[in-house]
Amino acid sequence: MSFISYLVTGISLGSVYAIIALGYTMVYGIAKMLNFAHGDVIMVGSYVVFVAVSNMGVNPYVAILISMAVCTILGMTIEKVAYKPLRGTSPLAVLITAIGVSYLLQNLALLIFGADTKAFTSVVTLPNLVLFEGQLTISGVTIVTVVACIIIMVCLTLFVNKTKPGRAMIAVSEDKGAAELMGINVNGTIALTFAIGSALAAIAGVLLCSAYPALTPYTGSMPGIKAFVAAVFGGIGSIPGAMIGGIILGVIENLSKAYISSQMADAIVFAVLIVVLLVKPTGILGKNIQEKV
Amino acid sequence: MKKMSKVTKNNLITYAMVIAAYIVMEILLKTGHVSSLLQGLLVPLCTYVILAVSLNLTVGILGELSLGHAGFMCVGAFSSALFSLTTKEAIPNGGLRFLIAILIACVAAAVCGVIVGIPVLRLKGDYLAIVTLAFGEIIKNLVNAIYLGIDSKGFHFSMKDTISLNLEPEGKVLIKGAQGITGTPHSSNFTIGVILILITLIIVNNLVHSRTGRAVMSIRDNRIAAESIGINITKYKLIAFTLSAAMAGVAGALYSHNLATLTALPKNFGYNMSIMILVFVVLGGIGNMRGSVIAAVVLTLLPELLRGLSDYRMLIYAIVLIVMMIFNWSPAVLDMRKKLAAKLKKNQTEKEA
Repeated sequence: MSFISYLVTGISLGSVYAIIALGYTMVYGIAKMLNFAHGDVIMVGSYVVFVAVSNMGVNPYVAILISMAVCTILGMTIEKVAYKPLRGTSPLAVLITAIGVSYLLQNLALLIFGADTKAFTSVVTLPNLVLFEGQLTISGVTIVTVVACIIIMVCLTLFVNKTKPGRAMIAVSEDKGAAELMGINVNGTIALTFAIGSALAAIAGVLLCSAYPALTPYTGSMPGIKAFVAAVFGGIGSIPGAMIGGIILGVIENLSKAYISSQMADAIVFAVLIVVLLVKPTGILGKNIQEKV
Repeated sequence: MKKMSKVTKNNLITYAMVIAAYIVMEILLKTGHVSSLLQGLLVPLCTYVILAVSLNLTVGILGELSLGHAGFMCVGAFSSALFSLTTKEAIPNGGLRFLIAILIACVAAAVCGVIVGIPVLRLKGDYLAIVTLAFGEIIKNLVNAIYLGIDSKGFHFSMKDTISLNLEPEGKVLIKGAQGITGTPHSSNFTIGVILILITLIIVNNLVHSRTGRAVMSIRDNRIAAESIGINITKYKLIAFTLSAAMAGVAGALYSHNLATLTALPKNFGYNMSIMILVFVVLGGIGNMRGSVIAAVVLTLLPELLRGLSDYRMLIYAIVLIVMMIFNWSPAVLDMRKKLAAKLKKNQTEKEA
């Protein structure tokens, strides 16, 4: 029974990674850049909910909406101010700028909220689910996380494949120049991608902090890196890939924490990533594009 | 003076700059114009410069993004610290011991570079970057889990804790897992650091302008074209990557012999450190060794110079970083700068006329 319980917690953690990884993957697919500041958008989203709920007494669900709005605006602003001027230059330059933005957000949070850990009150009020006569307890947060992840995944897939802005996203990620010639507003599409990714980051932040209720200015950075690994794992640029990658990553991490060593859990996660990439160099669902002369 | 090639001249300017900076710093030190805080920063500064130059070999010359450079530094730091600690009595001469320690760090990091490089260099672009990041994190995690002790029977090794080492009563624990290595002799100093910087610069500059260096750069510019003229891609990629790792190991030795307690924290050997070095490289100019040196010095000193602003200093650092990147890389800004420069030049010629 304890195995199942670890597995379920792993899936729940993996779902959070998956939601964050969706943001990474979409931005990468369209702007071909690693948005290192994505993890810190999660942190900002969590702080917004924390302030709204704990200090202002706003209804938690309203707080999540506020947080999503704030993160969306933040994501679009970052894109406009820091990334857009560098579009078309070396991807490395954009990467370093993203790191700069990440430092900026962390230090702003440090200045405003201080370095001390804030106890985040879970916004999920769902009772725990007790199965098999009390042998297995699944917390409400876990259920909500997994369900939220599935809903987001389905909505996003439908959005990308069925709607016009979604199809524009695919077009831009395939060939920016051709998309522009077809009359697609490339800048608008990229901004939209950042907006969606950041809104997802807000949700991920709330779910993450509900499960692990310690909020500091550095909360987002490690899950951000893990989610990035998850995105690569599943094949960067692919939406279902981010999902699969995130969940596998979360399960491996939780199981190795439980059965092997909590200290080595990260090393094991990264080792699995390396093995996967050596066997399949573009990730599980990544497209393998043959280079031609 | 005989006619020098432009390249030699350029290299000599870099060396002269480093030496000049060293002399100025020494004079300031001797006359007591340097705060103790800055004094403590000198050896780490040398470490960062070596790291930046060595990473520039991978990023600028080989053209592959590596996010695990701190991992190699970690290997170098721990292997050399371990050597110095065990041979503290055997080799009483501190200078000789440190020299051997540096060589050991270099070899250990190079071996690690080969082990990591063979699988990693098969990948491309961002996938390569993420795998180097993963390797760096694995190295850091492994080092944190190692326990090593010594007694009359030899070395004892464990991944659990100090008790499971089964040491004899007079045995000594060398590596205490997450507590790291304590009691490394303090052999690093500013002079050695600067000498190592110069050696690193000479090695890299000579490599870049050798046959090997040209082969590496041809792979960077067009892999398929390089392959078609018979360049062994794997070999040259591996040479550059390994050399870069070896030099990071040297930086690690310099770093570890400056600290009484060496621990593998995310701060000093994690991906944050790798990224910081990458920032030096990119801001200094990809492929430009002198730029790396300057960027490493300026960006290390900047937070210290801003210390008066206390809480705001890292914030300002972040803003400076973003603004500098946009200023140096944005096509629109570059265009504007070019126009401005042309205008200034025109004004000058008009004045002269």
